[in-house]
Amino acid sequence: MSDAPLLDLRNLHVGIPGRGAPLDIVRDVGFTILPGEAFGLVGESGSGKSLTALSLIRLLKKPLAVSGGEILFKGEDLRNLSDKAMRRLRGDRIAMIFQEPMTALNPLKTVGRQIAEMFVLHRGMGWGEAQKRAVDALASVHVPAPEERVRAYPFQMSGGMRQRVMIAIALACDPDLLIADEPTTALDVTVQDEVLKLIAELCSARGTAVLLISHDLGVIANMCQRVGVMYQGRLVEERDTYDLFADPRHPYTQGLLGALPRLGSRHGEAGRQRLVDIDGMIADRESLSREFCSEARNPVRDPRQRAGGGA
Amino acid sequence: MRRFNLNLWLGGGLVLLVCVGAVFAPLLTSFDPVFDANLMYAEEPPDAQFWFGTDEQGRDVYTRVLYGARISLTVGIVSQIINSVIGLSLGISAAYWGGWWDDLVNGLTNTMLAVPSLIFALAIMAILGPGLPSLLIALGLTNWSWTCRIARSSTLSLKGQGYVLAARTLGYGDIRIMATQLLPNMVGPILVISTLGIGAAVLAEAALSFLGLGIRPPFPSWGSMLTGARELIVIAPWAAVFPGLAIFVTVLGFNLLGDGLRDLLDPHMRSRTA
Repeated sequence: MSDAPLLDLRNLHVGIPGRGAPLDIVRDVGFTILPGEAFGLVGESGSGKSLTALSLIRLLKKPLAVSGGEILFKGEDLRNLSDKAMRRLRGDRIAMIFQEPMTALNPLKTVGRQIAEMFVLHRGMGWGEAQKRAVDALASVHVPAPEERVRAYPFQMSGGMRQRVMIAIALACDPDLLIADEPTTALDVTVQDEVLKLIAELCSARGTAVLLISHDLGVIANMCQRVGVMYQGRLVEERDTYDLFADPRHPYTQGLLGALPRLGSRHGEAGRQRLVDIDGMIADRESLSREFCSEARNPVRDPRQRAGGGA
Repeated sequence: MRRFNLNLWLGGGLVLLVCVGAVFAPLLTSFDPVFDANLMYAEEPPDAQFWFGTDEQGRDVYTRVLYGARISLTVGIVSQIINSVIGLSLGISAAYWGGWWDDLVNGLTNTMLAVPSLIFALAIMAILGPGLPSLLIALGLTNWSWTCRIARSSTLSLKGQGYVLAARTLGYGDIRIMATQLLPNMVGPILVISTLGIGAAVLAEAALSFLGLGIRPPFPSWGSMLTGARELIVIAPWAAVFPGLAIFVTVLGFNLLGDGLRDLLDPHMRSRTA
């Protein structure tokens, strides 16, 4: 049973249903996440990472909709679930944390109450018991003096602390899967590291699988066993993290890795390495629908080649 | 240091005065507003015994003004509560769900704004007949459009907030999100518009009663007192002046209180006076 995937995404298409030809923004994405595993999803802005994640928990904004594929969670297709069943699943079995810890908490309620609400909502506890559990939850994310901090309002906390609170809320009901959508992008680097370590520590202790979305390959390399690289709505490469970094296969992945600055590659030195830039913009809707994104944008182009003769 | 909020304190003081008068009416006067009619004392000018004079049936105007405050405040507050409930539920749900429901609510709101609410209330009173319950219904159904608009626009700006999306990912239902995430965050503007709405409802009640469609004589409502006093305006002006003054003070009080609350709750005003 341990080998059965927790999440098995097959041929997911997300698009705008219309009268004409369907306009798919996420196309044919499929990957599996095993129980307790950390899976990373990288790609530039607009490559469909977040849409893929939101479609898992059916929170796509209209007019976007899942237009094809299967989302098997513990063997059951989430697309067949009723809205009510889906709502019970959210926060209980699949939880999500976001990029902006500054706005993700309700400014008018104490953090303790916002954590306690999860126990009331999904566990049917009374408020008194839920408040006590909230203190434990806050302690588990290493917030100092949790007994006092449960009575604090979000504006009284720093960004890192708020993200910890968000993690406490998300993990309150011991979900099977945590979707972390760029959880550390808004935080500064030292706090970033602490928060990532916290997520890794809590999830491995509880056996929670993580779907980590990021455009930061360094973050992914630290956290995840496997990585999927998304490019223009497609999953272009899905590998073990180590293999991916050692031997990227898809030209876009090579481009991404080439665009990472390395420590010690200083300008002017003999063996210096020039950062590769990825030319062009994300393909627009027409070129996407005409299926020629690979021509519209050459993923890796050597800067010298461009200087020499253009495309 | 924040500047002294004159509107808030003056408005609050006036409203408090009216509330005290309404609640403690039996303690503040020794007369009965309805049954202490005595033609012997009809149309007496104000003196030590009858502070505000007497009307054409010899009833103490002061007593009737005090008891009239009970009706005005009841009508004002209860009808505004009905208005707020209607306006909030329609406005929040329309903006949150959008689609045809939003279109429907918008159309309804615009219709309500286009028809003068007093005319609408008159029509409802004409169907239901005079009396306190029908007054509450008529005024409670006709003045929710501003609340609805404010609730709708607040929801539109709030629903893009991270915590609303976060609440959805955490498994909150739609109704729960509206009640616990959206509603508490718009209390400020709603409180202001409701306070102003109470003033408007007090005025509307007086107008309807004046026209004979609200509280019927002999029961003391400021509006119906004015009707009775209209013919005496030359002989006994006090019978008209004091109920009129009571309406003025109450409506002014609620309007000032509303303005004061807005100044208190609006962060822009706060930073300017800080």
